[in-house]
Amino acid sequence: MRLRDKGTVDRNAPVSFTFDGVSYRGFQGDTVASALLANGIGLMARSFKYHRPRGVLTAGSEEPNALITVGRDGATDPNVRATVQEIYEGLEARSQNAWPSLGFDVMAVNDLAAPFLGAGFYYKTFMWPRAFWEKLYEPIIRRAAGLGALSGKAPTDKYERAFAHCDVLVIGAGPTGLMAALKAGRSGVDVILADEDSVMGGRLNAETFLIDGQAGSDWAATIVGKLAAMDNVRLMPRTTIAGAYDQGTFGALERVNHHTDIRDGKAPIETFWRIVAKQSILAAGALERPIAFQNNDRPGIMMAGAVRSYLNRWGVAPGKTVTVFANNDDAHRTALDMQAAGVHVAAVIDSRATAQAQGNYHLIKGAHVSGTSGRKGLESISVRTSTGIDTIETDCLAMSGGWNPTVHLTCHMNGRPKWREDIASFVPTDGSIPSMITAGACNGDFSTYACLRAGLEAAKKILSALGKTAADVALPEAEDAPYNLEPLWAVPGKGRAWLDYQNDVSVKDVTQAATENFRSVEHMKRYTTQGMATDQGKNSNVTALALLADATGRGIPETGTTTFRPPYSPIAMAAFGAGAEGKGFAPERKTTSHVATVDAGAPMMEAGLWYRPSYFPINGEKNWRQSCDREVGYVRNAVGVCDVSTLGKIDIQGPDAGVLLDLVYTNVFSTLKIGRVRYGLMLREDGYVMDDGTTARLSEHHFVTTTTTAAAGAVMRHLEFVTQVLRPDLDVRLMSVTEQWAQFAVAGPKARKVLNDLLDDPLDNEAWPFMACGDVTLSGVKGRLFRISFSGEHAYEIAVPARYGYSLFRLLTTKAKALGGGPYGMEALNVLRIEKGFITHGEIHGRVTAFDIGMERMVSAKKDCIGKTLSNRVGLLNEDREQLMGFKPVGAVKQLTGGAHLYNEGDEALTKFNRGYLTSVAFSPTFGHFLAQGFVRGGQARNGERMRMVDHVREIETIVEVCDPVFFDPKGDRTRG
Amino acid sequence: MRFSGLRVLKEGLTGNKGWTPHWSNPEPKAEYDIIIIGGGGHGLATAHYLASVHGITKVAVLEKGYLGGGNVGRNTTIVRANYGLRGNSEFYSHSLKLWEGLEADLNYNVMHSQRGVINLFNSDGSRDAAARRGNQMASQGDDAVLMDNAAVRKMLPYLDYDQTRFPIYGGLYQPRGGTARHDAVAWGFARAADQRGVDLIQQCEVTGIDVVDGVVKGVQTTRGPIRAKKVGIVAAGRSSQVAAMAGMRLPVESHILQAFVTEGLKPIIDHVITYEAGHFYISQSDKGGLVFGGSLDLYSSYASRGNLPMAEHVIEAACTLMPAITKAKVLRSWGGIMDMSSDGSPIIDKTDIDGLYLNCGWCYGGFKATPGSGHVFAHLMATGNPHPVAVKHRLDRFRTGVGVMDEEATGSQHNLH
Amino acid sequence: MRLPCPICGERDIREFYYQGADVALNRPAPDAGEQAWQDYVFLRDNQPGEHRDLWQHESGCGAWIVVSRNTVTHLVSGAVLATDIKRTQA
Repeated sequence: MRLRDKGTVDRNAPVSFTFDGVSYRGFQGDTVASALLANGIGLMARSFKYHRPRGVLTAGSEEPNALITVGRDGATDPNVRATVQEIYEGLEARSQNAWPSLGFDVMAVNDLAAPFLGAGFYYKTFMWPRAFWEKLYEPIIRRAAGLGALSGKAPTDKYERAFAHCDVLVIGAGPTGLMAALKAGRSGVDVILADEDSVMGGRLNAETFLIDGQAGSDWAATIVGKLAAMDNVRLMPRTTIAGAYDQGTFGALERVNHHTDIRDGKAPIETFWRIVAKQSILAAGALERPIAFQNNDRPGIMMAGAVRSYLNRWGVAPGKTVTVFANNDDAHRTALDMQAAGVHVAAVIDSRATAQAQGNYHLIKGAHVSGTSGRKGLESISVRTSTGIDTIETDCLAMSGGWNPTVHLTCHMNGRPKWREDIASFVPTDGSIPSMITAGACNGDFSTYACLRAGLEAAKKILSALGKTAADVALPEAEDAPYNLEPLWAVPGKGRAWLDYQNDVSVKDVTQAATENFRSVEHMKRYTTQGMATDQGKNSNVTALALLADATGRGIPETGTTTFRPPYSPIAMAAFGAGAEGKGFAPERKTTSHVATVDAGAPMMEAGLWYRPSYFPINGEKNWRQSCDREVGYVRNAVGVCDVSTLGKIDIQGPDAGVLLDLVYTNVFSTLKIGRVRYGLMLREDGYVMDDGTTARLSEHHFVTTTTTAAAGAVMRHLEFVTQVLRPDLDVRLMSVTEQWAQFAVAGPKARKVLNDLLDDPLDNEAWPFMACGDVTLSGVKGRLFRISFSGEHAYEIAVPARYGYSLFRLLTTKAKALGGGPYGMEALNVLRIEKGFITHGEIHGRVTAFDIGMERMVSAKKDCIGKTLSNRVGLLNEDREQLMGFKPVGAVKQLTGGAHLYNEGDEALTKFNRGYLTSVAFSPTFGHFLAQGFVRGGQARNGERMRMVDHVREIETIVEVCDPVFFDPKGDRTRG
Repeated sequence: MRFSGLRVLKEGLTGNKGWTPHWSNPEPKAEYDIIIIGGGGHGLATAHYLASVHGITKVAVLEKGYLGGGNVGRNTTIVRANYGLRGNSEFYSHSLKLWEGLEADLNYNVMHSQRGVINLFNSDGSRDAAARRGNQMASQGDDAVLMDNAAVRKMLPYLDYDQTRFPIYGGLYQPRGGTARHDAVAWGFARAADQRGVDLIQQCEVTGIDVVDGVVKGVQTTRGPIRAKKVGIVAAGRSSQVAAMAGMRLPVESHILQAFVTEGLKPIIDHVITYEAGHFYISQSDKGGLVFGGSLDLYSSYASRGNLPMAEHVIEAACTLMPAITKAKVLRSWGGIMDMSSDGSPIIDKTDIDGLYLNCGWCYGGFKATPGSGHVFAHLMATGNPHPVAVKHRLDRFRTGVGVMDEEATGSQHNLH
Repeated sequence: MRLPCPICGERDIREFYYQGADVALNRPAPDAGEQAWQDYVFLRDNQPGEHRDLWQHESGCGAWIVVSRNTVTHLVSGAVLATDIKRTQA
C-alpha cells in the first residue's frame, strides 16, 4: 500500500510494468519489489526445494526469495532480484520455479514430503536399482531444481568490459563512504565511489535520521552533489564491487541500463570493470539477519530494516497491521516509523526481558514469535510469553536478529573475520586485503555518528598512506544511539524454522547435520546446502553457524566460518566475458594474401590465430579432394604458389649468432656457409623434439631462422630465454620478423621460370643450387630468396617486405596460371609433404625424440645443445620406442585414417597388443592411393612388413605395409634439378 | 546404519530422530599399521580399500582440517576415462569401473551420473588426435564415439556453430563419462572406512615424518607422535610440503585452478562439454548450477584463490562457444591447489625410504581418479607391489625417461599440462 | 596481479609468461651428472611462502625477469632482469 507524502519516488513519473502478465503501476524510483508491495502483491516467488510461497524478505541485493525473470527471448534475465530491479515503462517481469502458476504450484507437493527430504536425504537413497539414477530419479530432481530458466538464445543485449584506475576506491556510499569520499576528494586524490544502489546514501535513504538537522537522505544528496562537482571524483552508482583480488585489483559490475528500456545496441546494459586502486576503503555497511522460528518464511515476514526501507524510501507500507519481532533496540525504529506514517503497529515482541519501549506501542518483552499462519501471506502470529501463547493478527512481521557487518570482500583473499561478542557478529580482520581499510557498519560501528566519524578517519589514514595532506572536513552531528542486543538465533519449538530461505534449510537440518557428525562448519554447509544459495548465505550464515556451535557445544569462534568467495553478488557471464562472443574470443591474424585468397573463393581454416586457405576451388569441382588433387598436380607437374608467411621468422644477428644456433639446435650452424640454408632440429631441455625449421645464413653475423607456424611464439621465447637467462654473455640480438616479411613458396618444375619472369636478375642452377639463399630484387624491391622445398620439387620461397605481399601473391599466381599452375592451399601442401616424407607437428607432437623420427644422427656429438643430456636417458633411446615410418594400404580396404592404431597381423585389436598409430594421412594423386605417416614399434626393422590398421572409432580396418616415410623421389633428384 | 529408501521413509515417519554419525571422532592411537597423511578423497579411498580389499584396519587417516576439505571438495566433479596414453588409459578405465559400482560398495549415493562427456575439437589435426585417443579408449574396452559437426549439432544444438572464432569440427564422446557429487564421494569413503574400523582423525596436522636409517617409523602431529609401520602421503596440492618432511624433493609444482558455479537454472546442459580451443569445460549440477572451469592461473601458488585474468579468459570461452548460457550469473568462484607434475600424470609409488609411499601429482585431474587412486594405492601399500593398472606411475620415470606419460605433450614445464 | 618489470615498470600479469622456479637460471654442465639434471629440469622445492620465479614480459619488452613473490599471499616484493643476475654470478 502506497502512503502519501512518504518516500523519494517521483510521484510525477508513473511507470507501468507487468508481473506474470498483469499490468501494475509504480513510480520512477521503484523497484519491482516496492512497486508490487505498493500494489498489495506479497507473493512473489517459490522456494528452491519445497516450492514454498515466498514474498520479499529484504530490500537489497541480498534478497533470497523474490527472484524473478525479466525480459523475453535473447533479453531474458533469470534470477533477477525484485529488490534490485528498478521498474521502467514496459518492463516485463515473471515469477519462476512455479508451475502452472505462482499461486498454484504443483511442486509444492515437495513440502508435504519434507520429512523424507531433509538434509542429505539423497545420499542415503536412490541407489537401487542402479540404472534408475540417471533414468528416473536424477531427471526428476533436475527438473524440480534450478530457479529461473535461460531463454536458450544468445543474448541480444550488449555487454562491455572496462578498466579504471584510482588512488582511492571507496566501496559503499552510505554515511561512512560519503564522508570518506568527501575528505579524500577534497584532498585532491583520484577517488572512485561505488555503490550497488541506484541512489547513493545507503541506509540514510531508508531511515528518518537527521544529519546536521537535515533529513539524512537530503544530506546524502547534498554530499553526492558536492562529489559530483569534483573532477577528481568519479561516482559509480549501480556498481557492485564484486571481488577483491591481488594488488588492489577489484572486479565490479555496473548495471548501466537495466533500469531503462534503452536497448539500442550501443550502450551496454552491464559493464564489468577491473578497478585498480592504490588504496581502498570498505564502507559496505551491514545486513540485518533474520531470527529462526517456526514458519518464519511466509510472505509478509520481512527484515525490520527492509520494512523501514519500503516505508521511508518508497513510501510503501508492506502491511496494514505491522508487528515487530526483535532482539535489539534498533528494530524498534520500525514501529516508530510505521506509527509516524499512520500505520497500525499491533505489537513489538522483544526477546529481551529488559527491553524498553521507545514510544507509544505495545511492547511484549521477554517473548518470542513461535509460529505463524497464512498460506500465501501472513495472517497471524503466535507469541509465546511466560504466561502462554497469544495470537496476534498481523499481515506484516518485521523481524531483526541484529546486524551482520558486510565483511564479504575482506574474505576474498582468504582473510577470516573475527568474532565480536558485544555485537554478536563477525567483523573484518585488519589487513585481510592489503591497502584496504574497513570502516563504519561493516566494521561494527552501527550509529550514524560513528559511521560518519569512521569515514573521516579512514580517509585520513588512506591519505597518509598516499603521502597526501588531508583536507579538513567537519564531522556532522547525527544520532549516536548505542547498539543494544541480546543474541537470539532461533526460537525453540517444533516445526520448521528457516535459515537459508532459498535453499529451504531449517534449524533441524543444521542440528541433524551435527547429529550425523557433520560438525565442521564446512561439512554442515555442504551437507545441508546452507549458505549455498544465490545470496551466498548473506542472510543466514552467521545464524546457522551459531546454531551449529550450540549443537556441537562449541563457541562460535572455535566453530569457525565458511569462506565467502567472489563475486559478492552474482555477475552475468555475458558481462564477465564481454566482447569474446563470436570471433571476439581471439585475435585474427591474416596474411597479406588473405583478401586475394578469400576473393578466389578459398575456404579459410584456422592455424593457431592465423587463417590459411584450405584449397582454391575452381568451377566444376564438387568437393575439396578434386581441388586438392589438382593443386598437387600443379606442383608436381607445373608450378604452385602458396603463402607461407605464417611460419615464424626470427632474425638473428651478431658475432655470436652461430654459437647461439649451435646451442639451440641439435646440429651445427656455425659452420654454415654464407648464402646457404640448413634444416635444423630443436629439442626441449627434457630431450624431446620442440620444433624444426630451416635457418639461412645471409652474412657472417646474420641468420634468419624459420619456425613452424604453431611454435613461432614458443621458439622466439625460447631463444630469448637462452640469450637472456642462460647465455647473456653472447653478443647476439634477436627479432621476430614474421609479420615484416610476406613469404611465398613457389614450387614445381616451372618454379624457376615463374621467378625469372619477376626477378631483376634471373636465377640459374649453378648460382642458386638447392639450399642456396640470398638477396634478390623484383622491380627494384629488395627481397630474399631461399631455395628450399617442402614438397620434394624444385622450389623456392621468396620473401618481400609485407607491404608488397599482396601484389607479389597476385603476380605469382598469375604467372603460375599462365604456366599451367596456380595457387595451392593447406590440403595440397599436406599431401605434398606426406608424399615426400616431411614431418609437421602431427609427427613432432611433443612426445617424440630425434631417435623416434630417425634423426638421431642430427644430434651432433661434437657439441652440447639444449636437450642433449636428457635425450640420452635410457627411456628415450629404447629400441622398443615407436619410430616414424610410412604406411600404405595393401588390404581390401584402401582407406587410411589419422589416429588409427596399428597391430600385428593376427593380434586382436586390444590395447595390450598395440604397436603404433598413424599420425598423418593423405590420398596421394601422385601414387593413386592413400599414404600415411605414423609411429610403429621397431621402426625401420619392420620396413616391408604388413600390419593391421584398426580405427575403432571410425570403424575402418585394413592391412597396411610399413614403408620408408619418403615415398616420393627418395633420392631427391627433383629437388635439386 | 545401512542407508536405504526404506530407512529414509522410516526416519521421516518418526521425526528423523534415529540418524547416527556418518563416522566417529576417535582419538589417535599410539600406533597403526598404516598411516595415511591426508583426509581428502584419495586418502579416504585408500583407507576404505585397505580395509575392504586387504583387511587392514589398523589404519589412521590424518587430516589437518576437515575430511574431504581438499580438492575433492572444490572441483568441477567430472568423471571420465578418456585418456590417450598407455598407463593412464588403463588406470582411468579401472577407476571408472570402480565408480560404476561405488554406490553399492559404499552404501552411499554419490550421485554418479553417466550423462556423457564430449570433448569438442577444432581442427583436422585435433580430430585425428581425438581419433587416436578414442581408439586407445576403445581398444582398452571403454566407450568412445567420434562425432562429426552434424552429430554434435544434433546433440548440443545450443552451441554457436556459425560465428565462433574456432569452429567446432566434431567431438569425442564418452557416454559413460559424467559427474558425481564431489563431497558425497569423500563422505561415502569416510563412512565406509570408519565402519570397518579405520580411525579418521581430523584437526590433526602432520608436522614431521620420522625416518630412522632409511625406514619410516611414524609421524609427528599437532596431536602428538604416532608410530606406524607404513606411511602414505596422499596430500595433493601440498605433496611437496609433506614430502619435504622426509627430505624429499618432488617433480611437482603447486598451481591454482579456478572453478566457477552459476546460480541455479532449469536444465539446459545435459552433458559434460569440453572445448579444446578455449580450455573450457562445463556441466550442470543437479541443483541447476552451471559448473565450469578452464586453465590454471599458470603461476605457482598456494593461495587457493585465483585472479581475474584467467577467470575472464575462462568465461570468454563460454561466450564464444555457448552464448546461449551467458545470461547465467556466476555465483561463486574458487581456487584449488593442484600438484602439477612434470609430465601431467600422477605418481603412485614407493619411495627410497622403506615404508614410505607416495601418491601425488594429480594435476587438475584427481577427482575422477578418486576410487582408482585409492584402490591401487591400497594395493601398493598392502602388498608392496604396484597394482597392474598402475605400474607406469613411477617416481623415477623422469630420471630414466621410461614410461613418461605426457598427455598434453608439453614437456617438463609443470604448469603447461 | 601486476609485476614490476625492471624495464617497463608495473604491468598487468596478462603481459607476462610464467616459466617456473628460478632454478632455470643455472643450467648444469652436460657432464654434471644425473642428479644435477633431475634437480634442474624436474624436481622443485615448491614450498609455500617466499619464492623466486622466472617470467618473461612476453607481450611487452621481452625481458626475462626473476620475480620475488610470496606464493601464499601473492605479495610481490621485487623483480630483476635475469640477465643482470647472470652477469652478477659471472
